[in-house]
Amino acid sequence: MKIESDAKLLRRRKIFRNIVLVFLCFLSLLPFYLMFVNATRSSNEIKAGISFLFGSSLSANLKNFASAQVGLGITVLGSMVNSFKIALPFTVLSVYFSALTAYGMYAYNFKLKKVAWGFIMAVMMVPTQVFAIGYYRFMIQINLIDTYWPLIIPAITTPAVVFFMRQYLQGALSLEIIEAARIDGSGEFHTFNTIVLPLMKPALATQAIFQFVFSWNNLFMPTLIISSSSKKTLTMFVQMLTAESFRADYGVVFLGLAITILPMFIMYFILSKFIVEGVSLGGVKE
Amino acid sequence: MNKEKPQRIKSVSYSKYGLLFIAPFFIAYILFSLWPLLSTFYYSFFEYVTRNLKTTVEFCGLQNYKNILGLADGERAYFLTYLGNTLRLWILNFIPQVLLALLIAAWLTDNRARLRAKGAYKVLVYMPNIITAASISLLFYALLCKFGPVMSTLRSWGLVGSSSDLMTSKWATSLTISFILFWMWYGNSTLLLIAGMMGINPSLYEAADIDGATSRQKFFHVTLPLLKPVLLYVLVTSAIGGLQLYDIPALYNTGAGGGLIGLPNDTSTTITMYIMRLHSSDTGRAAAVSVLLFIITLIISLIFFRVFREDDGRGRHHKGKKVGA
Repeated sequence: MKIESDAKLLRRRKIFRNIVLVFLCFLSLLPFYLMFVNATRSSNEIKAGISFLFGSSLSANLKNFASAQVGLGITVLGSMVNSFKIALPFTVLSVYFSALTAYGMYAYNFKLKKVAWGFIMAVMMVPTQVFAIGYYRFMIQINLIDTYWPLIIPAITTPAVVFFMRQYLQGALSLEIIEAARIDGSGEFHTFNTIVLPLMKPALATQAIFQFVFSWNNLFMPTLIISSSSKKTLTMFVQMLTAESFRADYGVVFLGLAITILPMFIMYFILSKFIVEGVSLGGVKE
Repeated sequence: MNKEKPQRIKSVSYSKYGLLFIAPFFIAYILFSLWPLLSTFYYSFFEYVTRNLKTTVEFCGLQNYKNILGLADGERAYFLTYLGNTLRLWILNFIPQVLLALLIAAWLTDNRARLRAKGAYKVLVYMPNIITAASISLLFYALLCKFGPVMSTLRSWGLVGSSSDLMTSKWATSLTISFILFWMWYGNSTLLLIAGMMGINPSLYEAADIDGATSRQKFFHVTLPLLKPVLLYVLVTSAIGGLQLYDIPALYNTGAGGGLIGLPNDTSTTITMYIMRLHSSDTGRAAAVSVLLFIITLIISLIFFRVFREDDGRGRHHKGKKVGA
């Protein structure tokens, strides 16, 4: 008797939980769905209310969007290219130098090693925004303002990635391998590039995704550094969508947003498995 | 894999390579983070006045701090107002966020009521976190603005008055921004808490089962206490991130052209929006705001490290799981 009612209770509980979770998934998708729908509707249709059915104004919206962005000095595709020009080198520098730093900390013993590691742990929590003013003035002084360098160079110093890489090395690399490479006459730097880096591929890939996303989505630093219209990034383009020239036409705003979101949307659904795994790993502190 | 550290093999003569390999990180950090941080402190004691395209710089002691804290004549305590706004937006999102994340994480790790499609749930609840925040903010604005689709539908159903506008209400704006943050971040917290729950020794649950504990008792007396370090990590990273809040409030309900004043009536302006607004016009004041923000961040981190040290590892199950394996 008791077992049977237990099973019933369990089934009811499962159904309830599934309903809530399906609702939450629906909630995750709903704003994006409405965005894609509204991108295909005319401004007047949008002002009339919500619709879940696609409209027929996509090509009209595209045309209006194209003419609205003429005065901005940058197109949405141009801003994506700019964001890519920053995010790609940022990602490469970030994972390479973080791996190098983590390896230096893991494979060698030297004085000050503890101090250096303590320093990395301590600065992990310091957000960029608190020294942005000093950084901005510094970039003016060394004539790098309004270039992409100030947005790329800080990739060398991403403490959280160094931390993750060192955790990874502890599990994935035994020092005997390095010793064997030494006996074979491989130089230390050569060993890192040809033996250690390939062993770290899974960690490099996970962190590369997150660093790319971080750089691509960044709004604060580009706003501070970039002033020429032609150099504006995608997030800065989104900011320009709030201007009057776009506000008048709702269909154009939704279409513009859809275009800016699409790259990340597609990337997420291709790489979601790695991303979800990566987030889970980031939180495991051993 | 090999867990023991081969202490004996290490050779002293290689130590210079260790220093060489970590050198780029430290040189770049000192140059591009530490130096800017120190110079931000320095700038905060100077007054920058630009008149007729000429900028004059004068040492002014703590005047910038007095100004932003409203202690000087004719100055409003903008720092405190914006700190209050920032905290309001953060708290309104964090409390429901962590509660929902705990619930979902407990459901997805429950071994008795195993759910299917766990992977799909995780993928979908995490998704908003990866999409460009600037776009998401403007998307919500476009959906909810006065003549946008949502308000129009509510109006035609007679649920809201013909002149009602979410954008003119302080609480509607705050709640919407907090909702966006909540919606973007609860998936992230859920995944972190799931990882934390998976790390709890299953034999503790077996022991609790033998003692006849209910699911609720197990959650409150086994899961929650052992989850404290992870919860603390979620709390602190969220709090530090929350203090730097920029993208969402900077694009939601700020008026045309990006004026960086959070409507209505400056009630959704955050500290980083204030820094951005001042960065070229008044370096000294912007620097003082940054320094105070830094000090608050530092205090939060210190509390975190203190509590975390005391709690670290107690009773947790180390599976020896390799990261990324």
